[in-house]
Amino acid sequence: MSELPLSATADAALQAAPATKARGYWATVGRRIRRDKVSMACALVLLLIFLSAILAPWLGLDDPYKGSMIRRLRHIGTSGYPLGTDELGRDMLARLVYGGRLSLVIGILPVILAFGIGTSLGLVAGYVGGKLNTAIMRTIDVFYAFPSVLLAIAISGALGAGILNSIVSLTVVFVPQITRVAESVTTGVRNMDFVEAARASGAGPFTIMRVHILGNVLGAIFVYATSLISVSMILAAGLSFLGLGTKPPEPEWGLMLNTLRTAIYVNPWVAALPGAMIFAVSICFNLLSDGLRSAMDIRN
Amino acid sequence: MLAYIARRIVYVVPIVISVALVCFLLVHITPGDPLVAVLPADASQELAAQLRAAYGFDRPLPVQFGLWLLRALHGDLGNSIATGRPVLAEVLRAVGNTVTLAIAAAIIGFTMGILLGLIAGYFRETWIDKVATSFAIAGVSVPHYWLGMLLVIIFSVQLNWLPAVGAGPNGSNSWAWDWAHLKYLVLPAITTSVIPMGIVTRTVRALTGDILSQDFVEALRAKGLHERGVFRHVVKNAAPTALAVMGLQLGYMLGGSILIETVFSWPGSGFLLNSAIFQRDLPLLQGTILILALFFVFLNLLVDIAQAAIDPRIKRG
Repeated sequence: MSELPLSATADAALQAAPATKARGYWATVGRRIRRDKVSMACALVLLLIFLSAILAPWLGLDDPYKGSMIRRLRHIGTSGYPLGTDELGRDMLARLVYGGRLSLVIGILPVILAFGIGTSLGLVAGYVGGKLNTAIMRTIDVFYAFPSVLLAIAISGALGAGILNSIVSLTVVFVPQITRVAESVTTGVRNMDFVEAARASGAGPFTIMRVHILGNVLGAIFVYATSLISVSMILAAGLSFLGLGTKPPEPEWGLMLNTLRTAIYVNPWVAALPGAMIFAVSICFNLLSDGLRSAMDIRN
Repeated sequence: MLAYIARRIVYVVPIVISVALVCFLLVHITPGDPLVAVLPADASQELAAQLRAAYGFDRPLPVQFGLWLLRALHGDLGNSIATGRPVLAEVLRAVGNTVTLAIAAAIIGFTMGILLGLIAGYFRETWIDKVATSFAIAGVSVPHYWLGMLLVIIFSVQLNWLPAVGAGPNGSNSWAWDWAHLKYLVLPAITTSVIPMGIVTRTVRALTGDILSQDFVEALRAKGLHERGVFRHVVKNAAPTALAVMGLQLGYMLGGSILIETVFSWPGSGFLLNSAIFQRDLPLLQGTILILALFFVFLNLLVDIAQAAIDPRIKRG
């Protein structure tokens, strides 16, 4: 994008003033993040991983479930199996691509669910205040008394193995964290003049929360939520790695890492591949979230 | 100060009770009856009812919770279903190994984190900063159980330098501070240290950067204070927050060790938790989680008090 000299932009803006409004906040954020090379590289990697996971059946890959006893644990680069084969002779490339489907869902869905629940809880607690705030926030405090890995494993362990249970347990882990952030930003906004003005002109509490507060706090909560995706990916795959999430023969990165563990003496680098996928997704989300945070910090 | 400590301790009481409640309820969110794991599949109705009465599962939940809490306060967390031994003794034995691992990892992770953070903070926006922050981001993004596998592949399988699993020669369970045992600690400790390293680096970097850009640093330099003196001010101002973050990380390492202990078959509390889950040993599961969570709560309490002790800005009134 070429930058016009300041005076020229100002002139253009003046001339166009009646027709166009000043650039909105989100447009500015979007422009800033598009200029950040690291963020864009991460977005591209994530886009590729997402697309390949979605389009997996149409990519002409091998059947990720079909094994063969005679071609187990082939090395990376074997003809026909670019990334080798796993302990049951299944094509690793196919399993890694198909594995993205479950891994991404069980890693990202808990954050999305917790984002919805936590934002609602935090908004209500922050806006209404008083006894309701105390009730919600003290309940949240109890979950803070557990390290998040322990809490996820405690709930998953009690509920038993399964994809649904792992999603539920991770959602429970993230709801308190998002609620705390949502509550604190809401408390910061609720006494501002425009909220007072809305109340004075007769807006009900739900209208104020939905129209006047949500728009002002959603950005901050959203950035915080994106920073949790990386942890969530690692934990979700970790639960599967322990045998608490996905069940075999489903391709899923954490579970693949677990079943390939015994193969590290035979074919170590094939065994390490699923972890590299988790790492790639996790680090890209982290960098993207950092990029988004600094793009949203307009004062800087 | 004493009043502050007393107040903080009083705040902890409801938290401890709620933590106990969550641990108690864990067993009751289990699908089916808590006795499913103990009862043979063909048990008669009478036997089931008898056992339920013997364990007190036929009473109302609040009564059960009260009785359980009372016993827990006396150090009785029930017996493990798998081994029949008291849960408390099993957990305390395993926690010792986890503490060893966490302390070793803390020494590595915190030292690295503080160093990298200070360097990055001092040389902000230079290539040194970029390298240090990349380390930090990789540290917090890496699936640590995978990193553990990688280290085993490199240092045990390929180079044959260090043992892959266990906590001592010949499957030894009792820890000793000699090289024969330390060898087993190296890989798990490095693996555990990666996340705290990343988080401490990021925290210290941000703190150092903020402090260095404040006016008082400018004033100190203008007055002619040498860099070592400025550095002392930076450390003093960064210490309380950094300490709080490190305390929290130590707690996470103690409570979240299950994945790493599983990878390395490290006989700590996480390993115990893993076997409790897969043997459906609910009293052991409940007891381990309770003890680990209480550890975490008290560690947080200690950090709060230590922070107040070194930071006069925290209100003690």
